Parts: sequence; structure tokens; C-alpha cells
Amino acid sequence: MIGLRSPDAGVIRVMGLDPQADRDELHAIVGAQLQASALPGQLKAGEIVDLYHSFYQAAADPEEIMDALGLAGKRTSYYRSLSGGLKQRLSVALALIGNPRVAVLDEMTTGLDPQARRDTWHLIEAVRNRGVTMILVTHYMEEAERLCDRIALLDRGRIVAIDTPERLADRAGVDKRVRFVPSKTFDDRLLTCLPEVRKLEHEGQHVIITGVGELASAVILALAAAGVTATELHLDTANLEDAFVALTGRHFHDEIGRIHR
Amino acid sequence: MSAHAVLLPARTPRSAFGKLLQSETKVAWRVPLGLALGVAVPILVLVVFGLIPAMNKPAKSLGGLTYFGVYYPILIGFVIAILSLISLPTHLATYRQQGILRRMSATPVPPAWMLAAQVIINLALAVVALAILIVSATAGFGVGAPGSPGGFTVALILTIAAMFAIGLWISAVARTAGSAGAIGQLFLYPLLFFAGVWFPQERMPPVLQHISEWSPLGASVRALQDSMQGTFPSAASLLILAGWAVLFGFLAVRFFRWE
Repeated sequence: MIGLRSPDAGVIRVMGLDPQADRDELHAIVGAQLQASALPGQLKAGEIVDLYHSFYQAAADPEEIMDALGLAGKRTSYYRSLSGGLKQRLSVALALIGNPRVAVLDEMTTGLDPQARRDTWHLIEAVRNRGVTMILVTHYMEEAERLCDRIALLDRGRIVAIDTPERLADRAGVDKRVRFVPSKTFDDRLLTCLPEVRKLEHEGQHVIITGVGELASAVILALAAAGVTATELHLDTANLEDAFVALTGRHFHDEIGRIHR
Repeated sequence: MSAHAVLLPARTPRSAFGKLLQSETKVAWRVPLGLALGVAVPILVLVVFGLIPAMNKPAKSLGGLTYFGVYYPILIGFVIAILSLISLPTHLATYRQQGILRRMSATPVPPAWMLAAQVIINLALAVVALAILIVSATAGFGVGAPGSPGGFTVALILTIAAMFAIGLWISAVARTAGSAGAIGQLFLYPLLFFAGVWFPQERMPPVLQHISEWSPLGASVRALQDSMQGTFPSAASLLILAGWAVLFGFLAVRFFRWE
């Protein structure tokens, strides 16, 4: 998409530009954060940001970007001495320093601690709100769900579905699940006769109900009518992870294992 | 899609190259491989040799030359060899191995600028080291100015061209810093041998002398010695140097990879 690889077949245009033929023009408006690429270890974080700042005509303010990514205190630290998380944030900074119209971020939060991940998410949202098209490549389904307007689900290099997160989950038609500990024992038939309920399982003291529609309220109402309260109530809605499994017919964790190996 | 043309900022700012050169200079200063081996060591050797009285007496076995006079052009070759065969390829291969060139290729700056910046820095180091060597040998140790300054200059330039072409070819094919160092040394030691670092060309057996004539540093040392003594270097030695420059320059361009 940014011209680092040539296509096997087909036509690709980014902002009307051909990534191969119009490489120079494209690179002026596309920012990229690449996996498996590093920076000179003997340069300081601030020097690297300044260097990349000089590569672009209408670059963003280096101070502002470093502040936003929590790198302000690291200007004079050598790149090689930065932690993995800080290196990651610096590479996000470099992807955004040119004030790009399109930014490609490849696994930008891999290796970040939860706080840093949330900070990065805020930054991504802020940049997105300024009208920049962001393309995220991620293995984290919650990240995609939280940040993306549209999601393309890739399976072995092919797009299996493109849609909004909600509609992807709907399309997958994954069952909802309710899990709780009843305050006292009750007859299973109390719930299995409900139209929303498809399956009822016991797991220790937990009851797990699988079904469709307004499953949770139907179950709680029926229980209440019988004088049973549901404690430790847990509700799983269909999420992207389920959608991935449903749409690719494989287990997400197998996929992660395969890629990381 | 002409509407997009209006949205596009102009291409890469011109000042970017200066900035790149500046930051690469910082790297060269902070990892002083070229600076230590290519500049400091030869100057130290020159001073030590210059201070040993026996080195400065004409020797019959060297055809009336002093050892110092024989080693002086070899030291010049040594400076150029270290910077071109070790310093330049090691830096560039490290950048390729770590994905630094790949990252740059996703910016408006062509990665060839990185190559240019590294060549300029190592050339600058060579100029500094050679200037110090030549001035201190001439002024301090009585080597005397080259009898044929024009020939000396042509020989220097062709030596630099030939050796940097080989260095660029190594940078082109070595995938990792380790292999760049290995290939660099594979060239360095034989070339230094045929230049006469361990024993002067004049005392080599005829077969080795013949190989030496055809090797880049051997041809270089001959050309430099000729011009020191006042004769313009032979066409043969200059052509041999030019041949190495063209051959390896072509191979470097042909096989260069950014990733």
C-alpha cells in the first residue's frame, strides 16, 4: 500500500496515487509505522524526530507530537536505551510527524503496557478526529473494536469481510451467552422453555445459558418470577473475536500462535 | 484524479539532506569505528615510524629508499582501505539489517541519500586523515613533497575511487553487519599484503610481485611511489585502478538492495 512491495496482481490507488509509480508524492502524504524496522541506536529520540521532521514540507510540530506520545522527557535519551514501549511510541511519532493524510500503523501497541496502550489510543482518536485516515493493523480485537470505523478481517492474507465492528459481529450471527450463580436451585425447564434460550449448561455452581435476542432480560425476569436471584451475573455479547472465528472458521488463538511463531 | 495534485505538498525539502548528513556525522562520531581505525591508527603509526632512526636511513635492499619512504604510500593505502572496506560497509549493512533503510524508504527521502551521506562522511574522514598524514610526513619527517604533485593527486583520486567502489559493492551484497565485516576483512588483509604492509613489494618473489601489480592497493602504492620520486605514474597502474573502480562500481549499482 505504501509501495514497499509490488502487487502480484490487480490495481492499487492511495489518494489517487499509484504506490509504485508515484512513490515520492505518496510518501509525502502517507505516514507509516512499520513492523521490524529500527532507527540508529546512537541517535537521541529528539534528534530522530527532528531528522524525520526535516523530511516533510508541512511537518507537524516535533514538541507537540513528542508531548502527545509521552516522549517529552526522552528527547535526550539514546534510541538504543529506550524500552520497547518507548521505541514503539517513537515509531508512531515518526508516522505522524509529516502531518500525513493517511497513516498506516502496523501493530502499534504490541509490547505496550496497558496505560501506554490507552494513551496511544487517545492519540489515534485525536489524530483521526483531525480528519486523517488511519489504517491500523492489529491482532487485538478490542483495539479494532474500540478504534475502528470499518474493519477488514484478514485470514491468511485474504480479506474475508469488511464492515463496521457492530455489523461484523451481527453478520457472524454468534450466540449470546449469560452466566450466573443462582441464589437457590431451580428447575432447568423454567429457562429452557423460554424462546430465547437454546442451551442450558451447569459448570460447578455456575449456570451458562446460550441463546439469541434479549436473552439476559428474559432469563432474569423468568428467574425473578420464580423467586431466584442471579448473582455474579456475566453477559457476553457477540464480539469481534467471535466474529473472527465464525467468519474464518478457525480459532483466533491458533491464528495468533501461527503468526507469532 | 487531478484534484489530488492540489492537495499534495511539494516533494522532499532540500534541507533534509543536510539534516541527514548532520545526524549521520553524529553517528560516525559516537561510533568512531572509521575515526579510530582509519584516522587515528595510521597517524600513530606514521609518528612511530618517523621517530625510529633506522626507518629513515636509505636501504640497499629497497633500491636506496628509506623504510619510511616505502611505508608512507602504504599508510595512505591503509587509510583508504579501512574507511572504504570496513567503516562504510559496516555502517550501511547495519542500517539494512536493522530495517533503518526500510523505514527511510517509506518517507519522501530516497534511501540513496543515506548511501550518499555515508560515502561523503567516509570520504571526509579520508581527506582529513590523508591531509594530516601528508602534511606531517612532509613537514615533520622530511619525506619531501611529491616530485609529481599532479601524478600524486591523480593516483590518490583513483585509489579512493577503486577502494570505495569495492566498499560499496560489499555494502550492496552484505545482509548483516557481521557479514559486511567478514567480507571487508576478506578483502582487507590480502589487499594490504599485496600493498606491501608486511613486506615491501620490492622484496616479494616475482609471482607475488605480479599479482601485486594487478591488485588495487599494489597498483596504488606503485603509482604513489612513482609520483613521490618525480615521475608521472605509469599508465598501467592508473588503468588498473580505474578498472577496479569501474568493475566494482558497476557491481555495486547492479546488486544494491535496500532491505
